[in-house]
This record gives sequence, structure tokens and C-alpha cells, in this order.
Amino acid sequence: MSDPLFEYLCRLGDNTLVLGHRVSEWCGVAPVLEEDIALANVALDLIGQTQLWLGLAGEVEGDGRDADRLAFHRDVWDFRNVLLVEQPNGDFGQTMMRQFLFDTWHLSMLKALAGSSHEQIAAIAEKSVKEVTYHLERSTDTVIGLGDGTEESHDRMQKALDRLYPFVGEMFLSDDIDAAMVTQGIAPDPASLRKAFDAQLDAVLAEATLTKPADDFAHKGGKTGARHTEHLGHMLTQMQWLQRAYPDASW
Amino acid sequence: MSSPESSPYKATEAAEHTETRKTEWPLWEIFIRGQHGLSHRHVGSLHAADAEMAIKNARDVYTRRNEGVSIWAVEASAIAASSPEEKGALYEPANDKVYRHPTFFDIPDEVGAM
Repeated sequence: MSDPLFEYLCRLGDNTLVLGHRVSEWCGVAPVLEEDIALANVALDLIGQTQLWLGLAGEVEGDGRDADRLAFHRDVWDFRNVLLVEQPNGDFGQTMMRQFLFDTWHLSMLKALAGSSHEQIAAIAEKSVKEVTYHLERSTDTVIGLGDGTEESHDRMQKALDRLYPFVGEMFLSDDIDAAMVTQGIAPDPASLRKAFDAQLDAVLAEATLTKPADDFAHKGGKTGARHTEHLGHMLTQMQWLQRAYPDASW
Repeated sequence: MSSPESSPYKATEAAEHTETRKTEWPLWEIFIRGQHGLSHRHVGSLHAADAEMAIKNARDVYTRRNEGVSIWAVEASAIAASSPEEKGALYEPANDKVYRHPTFFDIPDEVGAM
């Protein structure tokens, strides 16, 4: 196993990279202009955070790989993002449900990381908290608005929740790498964030008149890289095509 | 959710004053106070379901490059506007009363921009 800190930073950076790319897929085709611009802003925030996380990962690794190298020259099995963020956009409701589930986890994780013993991690987290606070506000409002909206929007949001809920559990799984981070005071145990997440989720879903699936089954294998869903590979062919077709091409 | 093609809105001069389509969000006029400015300025308009969402949308559409410190959103239909046809009666009488314009004073340089 490589350096746990490198692995951990890849997890943070790959989450924001993959979700940032997914959200950017809406650019120019969102249902209304205002949402189009808002989604592009969220995507840009996430890509910005990716530069910091993967940049730091490259430094920690000390192998001369920078953020771009890590983003564009690794294949599926090297990615360490949770499965939730690589799920396809689906309709606008599914995109916003995915965003809401991730934002809720993301904000509490970043707030904990802001107190990290690792100075650079704490600084990146602190900067990201401001951006993600807004992401969460927006996605929460949309989930409530559409969930408690028309019959059609309600049905679509319920379908989105049923489709995505099995990917929630993975965000709170702890493994050896997490344990190493906890020991060094670098990051919190993901499992410790679950209770607050559930409380927040229940409150929002109640307001959105949506029902949380009873089954707590959780897909896993994204953050360990053991088993990504088929969607990530397809996404990477789009995201990485230029570097694959013209390796090391630059401006 | 609104549809991509345009349609007439309530309370605009150009369009007939028909009802907003049911699938279309209402139109909001956005005013922003910049860091260096003293008053809110009209920057444009956008669609949103309610006031809170209008402010969020304004944040994304008009302040993404750190332009503002305060946002006002006003539903377009709540704005009372003068009609262009009344231009003559409203503004022209001022033109031949030069004494209404403070053009007979020498402004000291120290005052700066007026």
C-alpha cells in the first residue's frame, strides 16, 4: 500500500474532481439559464478544490506528479472517489439529489478537516467550507422545493433518492487508511459523521415530503478503488480524451 | 421549471400584459451594491420561483466575480414605471428653465467629482 496520506488526499481530490466533472456536464443544457450558471459555479468550485487536494497529494507522493498528471493520467482503478459522485446525472432532480447527499457529507467532513493537525489540509478545508456551505444551501432548497412540489417533481425526487441512497453508506465506512489519519490527528473517523448526517437528512426529507428507503444496504468499493461502477470509466473517456489521444499535450 | 423559449411576462413594456405562463418562474429585477458604491444599482433581471431563490440566483448570475456586498431582488411586476409616451409632459418642461440647472457656479477643484 502506498503512503496512507497520499491515498487519503486522492480520496478527497477524486471526490471533488469526479463530481466537478459530472456537474460540468450540465453546462449549456440545464433546464433554465439561472440553474445552468449556478451548476457551472458549483462545478468550478469543486475543480478548484481538486487542484488543491491533488496538488498536495502530488507533493506528498514526491514522485513529480502534479494535480493535472493525477487527474488525467490515471485510469479507473486508480481513482479513490466514493461511488456516489460518479453516478450519472440522470434528470435534473437526480443531479440535485446527488448533490444534496454529497454536500451534506462534504460540509461536515470539511468542517472537521479544518481542525486537522496537518496545516495545509486545514487551510484547504477552511477555504472549501465557505464554498460548500453555499452548495449545500442551494441543493437543500432545491430538494425541498422539488420534493414538496408538483406530483411529477415529487415522484422524480423520490426515484432519485431510491436510486442514490444505496451509495450513501460508503461515505461513512472506515478502513485502515482512515484509521491512520485518525491516529495522526489528520482527519476524523468517517463513521463519526453519520449520526449528524442522518439527523440532517431526516429533517430535510421530512420537509421535502420524501421517504428514506428502509433498506440500509450500501454499495462500496469506490474509495478503496476495488470496484467502481461502470459509469466512471465512461466518464473518464470524456474527461481524459485529450491526454489519451495526445499524451502530454499542453497549451 | 420554465421552458427554454421566451414568452411575454407581466409588467414589461415590450410585451402584452398577459399572465405569466404557469410553467414559467416570475421575473425579478436585481439590484446590487458594489464594494465601492454607495447605492444599489440595477444590474439585470432573472427568473426565480420566490424571493429567496431570486437572491441565490442573483448571487450566481451577477456576483460570481466578487462584484457585490448586498443584493436586492424585486419582483418585476411590483415596479411602477413611467410610460415612454409621457416623456414630453414629464421631462421637456425642464429644458427651457436653465436656472434649474446649477451651471452658474464655479466649482472649486478641491471638491472633486460632482
